[in-house]
Amino acid sequence: MDILQDFFRTGLSTITDVLPIAAIVFGFQLLVLRQPVPRLKSVLIGFVYVLIGLTLFLVGLQEALFPIGRTMARQLTDPAFLSAATGKLPELRHWQDYYWIYLFAAAIGFSTTIAEPALIAVAIKAQQVSAGAIRVWGLRIAVAIGVAAGITLGAFRIVTGTPLHYYIIAGYIIVIFQTLYAPRMIIALAYDSGGVTTSTVTVPLVAALGLGLASTIPGRSPLLDGFGLIAFASLFPIMSVMGYAQLSEWWSRRAARKEHSGEQ
Amino acid sequence: MEQLRRFLDSVLSSIRDLLPIVLVVTFFQAVVIQQPLPEFGRILAGGLMVVLGLAFFLRGLEQGLFPIGESIAYAFARKANLPWLLVFAFALGFGTTIAEPALTAVAAEAAQIAADGGVILNQQASLERYALGLRITVALSVGIAILVGVYRIVRGWPIQYFIIGGYIGVVIMTAFAPPEIIGIAYDSGGVTTSTVTVPLVTALGVGLAQSIRGRNPMIDGFGLIAFASLTPIIFVMAYGMII
Repeated sequence: MDILQDFFRTGLSTITDVLPIAAIVFGFQLLVLRQPVPRLKSVLIGFVYVLIGLTLFLVGLQEALFPIGRTMARQLTDPAFLSAATGKLPELRHWQDYYWIYLFAAAIGFSTTIAEPALIAVAIKAQQVSAGAIRVWGLRIAVAIGVAAGITLGAFRIVTGTPLHYYIIAGYIIVIFQTLYAPRMIIALAYDSGGVTTSTVTVPLVAALGLGLASTIPGRSPLLDGFGLIAFASLFPIMSVMGYAQLSEWWSRRAARKEHSGEQ
Repeated sequence: MEQLRRFLDSVLSSIRDLLPIVLVVTFFQAVVIQQPLPEFGRILAGGLMVVLGLAFFLRGLEQGLFPIGESIAYAFARKANLPWLLVFAFALGFGTTIAEPALTAVAAEAAQIAADGGVILNQQASLERYALGLRITVALSVGIAILVGVYRIVRGWPIQYFIIGGYIGVVIMTAFAPPEIIGIAYDSGGVTTSTVTVPLVTALGVGLAQSIRGRNPMIDGFGLIAFASLTPIIFVMAYGMII
């Protein structure tokens, strides 16, 4: 019975999410542009698929993934587990004693990003537009590596209690430098990939990890230190995607040079 | 038959998309936490729903969200009606954000933090007023972001100047904003762009860049999401300073 209620509630919230979008899009198409939508029936069926798909996806996540993820985040940050795993009292622990948490942060960041539907959508579009120069999986893995690195560093920040904005400002400076040297066609896509990583799957799990960590470590307040992991998860993919483009450019240039010198 | 085969393909690729999560959860449960999974049947059923849901969503993406985003971009470009295009861009940004469930949750949390910090009264009415104000602020900022982003595509201005300018804005605001709001502000940039908005806005940007002469869809078409995740950071910190 519970799950039916869940379905109903999630379906309703998905509809409130999709309805304004549909109203704006179809309203402008009919009233301002005064044009019939091409293949209207197929598009409407597509919207229904999106509704059904998102509802199933969200209910499934709430049934399966979020409870386990939250439980795991709680168990890993539990004082009893940490004492057993590190063999030390909280006051005597150093930042490196929390290695299980860093590993979990990286693994959960990577794997939830691979499953993020919004990122799949942007990757499909990027492959279409770039005529295959950017591959769906290449982009997704680059973004996932960025999120993994970001969340790991974010966990380290909570453990050490250093201020969030130092990291963010340092990240901004790196991004600006990379922008100067990265291939022009990747820049806008790289900036976008920061925003798409954190929607449906990643946010609830990462937020649970941050709040759990901040309430376990002595001297941290969940209100002041528990936030900020999502900010890391949206900053680091910008670097990793530009880095991916820089690396592949460098490789292809080196390969071309090798070929060239081989001919002589 | 063809439909069914394509659907099975999407189901298979959804399974591949979710495989990393399954591996991570199994590893940590078995090796680190060393406890059996509670309610295995329920988790299996939930996993099945996630796979089916992702498959449906991806079909809907190709059939609904991408085509409508492109067709509206082409129609605006053909009519060359810039004012209405900008109105549309703002409405899309504002309308999709104000109803966003993730934002509602973050706003409620932010109100609680403000009340605990003594910025507002810890009463139902003032909490709700603060949360609603924050939601409107973020929705306005996303509306402006999409509007400016679309105008940038039309003009073909390089995106990095806007982003770097935005970063400077964030840094300046960080220096003046109350410390309790900073974490929430930085996080709010990530929650504004929902799974439905992202494909639509991406298709709109790329479609515009494809149909306006002299624009490159890779260089000019992307970037709307980046705008929509940067402006809320600045606006939320401003909100925290004013209230």
